[in-house]
Amino acid sequence: MGRYVLARLAWAGPIVIAIVVATFLIIHLVPGDPIQALVGDFPTPPGYAEQVRKDFGLDQPLSTQLWLYLVNLSQGNLGFSFSNRQPVLNLVLDRAQYTLLIMIPALTFAALLGVMMALAAAPRAGGLFDSGITALSVVGFSIPIFWLGQILMIAFAIQLPWLPAQGMVSARESLTGWPWARDVLWHMVLPVFSITIFYVAIVARVARASVLEALSQDFVLTARAKGLSRRTVLWQHVLPNAMIPVVTVIGYNFGHSLTGAILVETVFAWPGLGNLFITSIGNRDYPVLLGIFLVTAIAVVIANLITDILYAALDPRVRSSYGKHA
Amino acid sequence: MRRFWQRFLAYRAGLASGGYVALLAVVALVTFFWPGLDPHQISDTAMAAPSLDHLFGTDELGRDMLLGVLYGSQVSLAVGVSAAVGATLLGVMLGAAAGFWGGWLDLAVMRISEMFQVVPSFILAAVIVSLSGTGLTQVVAVIVLLAWPQIARITRGEVMRIKQLEFVDAVRCLGMREWEILATEVVPNAVAPVLAAGTLVVAQAILLEASLSFLGLSSADIISWGRMLNAGQRFLFNAWWMSVFPGLAIFLTVLAFNLLGDAVGSALNPRTITR
Repeated sequence: MGRYVLARLAWAGPIVIAIVVATFLIIHLVPGDPIQALVGDFPTPPGYAEQVRKDFGLDQPLSTQLWLYLVNLSQGNLGFSFSNRQPVLNLVLDRAQYTLLIMIPALTFAALLGVMMALAAAPRAGGLFDSGITALSVVGFSIPIFWLGQILMIAFAIQLPWLPAQGMVSARESLTGWPWARDVLWHMVLPVFSITIFYVAIVARVARASVLEALSQDFVLTARAKGLSRRTVLWQHVLPNAMIPVVTVIGYNFGHSLTGAILVETVFAWPGLGNLFITSIGNRDYPVLLGIFLVTAIAVVIANLITDILYAALDPRVRSSYGKHA
Repeated sequence: MRRFWQRFLAYRAGLASGGYVALLAVVALVTFFWPGLDPHQISDTAMAAPSLDHLFGTDELGRDMLLGVLYGSQVSLAVGVSAAVGATLLGVMLGAAAGFWGGWLDLAVMRISEMFQVVPSFILAAVIVSLSGTGLTQVVAVIVLLAWPQIARITRGEVMRIKQLEFVDAVRCLGMREWEILATEVVPNAVAPVLAAGTLVVAQAILLEASLSFLGLSSADIISWGRMLNAGQRFLFNAWWMSVFPGLAIFLTVLAFNLLGDAVGSALNPRTITR
């Protein structure tokens, strides 16, 4: 196991460096002065651009610039956002919390719901419900997630005024404690639901395939032969085996779901990364955009790493393929 | 070829989506060439609900939404198809070379494509487009940049399989040059799965373009479905039709290309015929 973890870490390091180099290349290859990408179009105090020019060595050869860029990033210096009056790194990490607040429940629901649907459908493969799942997953791949959000908002917040449409708290009241938490939860319903619907499609497709695969294994026949009921076999023998691919599909789709959350946030004016992203596009606050890219890309690498390790922990066959002593 | 069509027709979903795409292409061409058709035309009836005069209603400037949705097919199809063609050409070239010659070239191409699979591609696309400008050329270029690795991986796998086959050795004995073998003998045999993947790239490209336009990362003068949803977002409380119809157009079009890609893939692959 130790060797496997080391091998995956050795993979993640170069990928992170490659992402940083790619960001550096974007700053320099895009037409215009790189100083614009580092400072943004928002009015800055006099002398700030010159300071950044010096910090990042923009008058030096490209190789020195790359080195200075790496040094700056490793010290957590992603620049300063003048439209938000905050260092970019603080700003991005602060908003990321709110994004995770809707993403984590959504992915949890999607995992549970997707697996439930697969378990319900798999024993009757080819049936109506089963075909429904297959159809749902194609729909899930094709629906623009922000449009799904808009439709849900029109239906359940505007035409039927059941749920709050936008924001994270009710603007007119100043709540604290439990009523505040309830208010936030209430505002979470629609954004979380939008992301959930989208990901159920992906999870259900994979879970369906893996439940079918597990059902055809010999151990299922053995369990049935020794007199266990269908239900017990399904829940105690098939489910744990079918969960492994579900864990990996959620882990490997972390970047995808971050993108989904960002688009959904702009619909519901949820104050997370997506909201920061769209206001920064409007303000031409390039350091923030690059900061969001860097932080999310590194988060995706970490998520992949955790998924790999979790996968190996759940399935001994994976780590044994990394040498006999693993 | 005849068997391809027989198998293709066996997929009703593929047939329906093929019909839809053909219809959409006709709509895009007709709206492009029809004289005097102006989707920018402003009328007095701003934000009118759907009625017999305006089947899809009107937007905040009184422009007809139905005309806008029909017109928007031009951008979606143009961006989707050109990005897919670009990504497929680039992916086939790099993937075929990597699979055929192997070595450091293979290593480099695979490592780069691995990186593209990890980074959140939509965020990268949005950052590049907001820095480089919101023209359609930039959007297509970014999608090509993000989509070629999937094609390259598939091509590489196929080329590595085909180059082991006996007929390749046979033409080599005839004295054909290596790059000629690759271009005229190996690549044409690898085309089937690439074609299916390329069709799926059209769907991804349309979705990506719509998402960028939805965030406002497109020229305001160009009528596109994503741009219409961007406007609709501001009027969700007063004009549901400004969001419902353009979004439905995106959804159906992306769905059609996804189903078409699946059908092409199944029809070209003899192993999946008995499904």
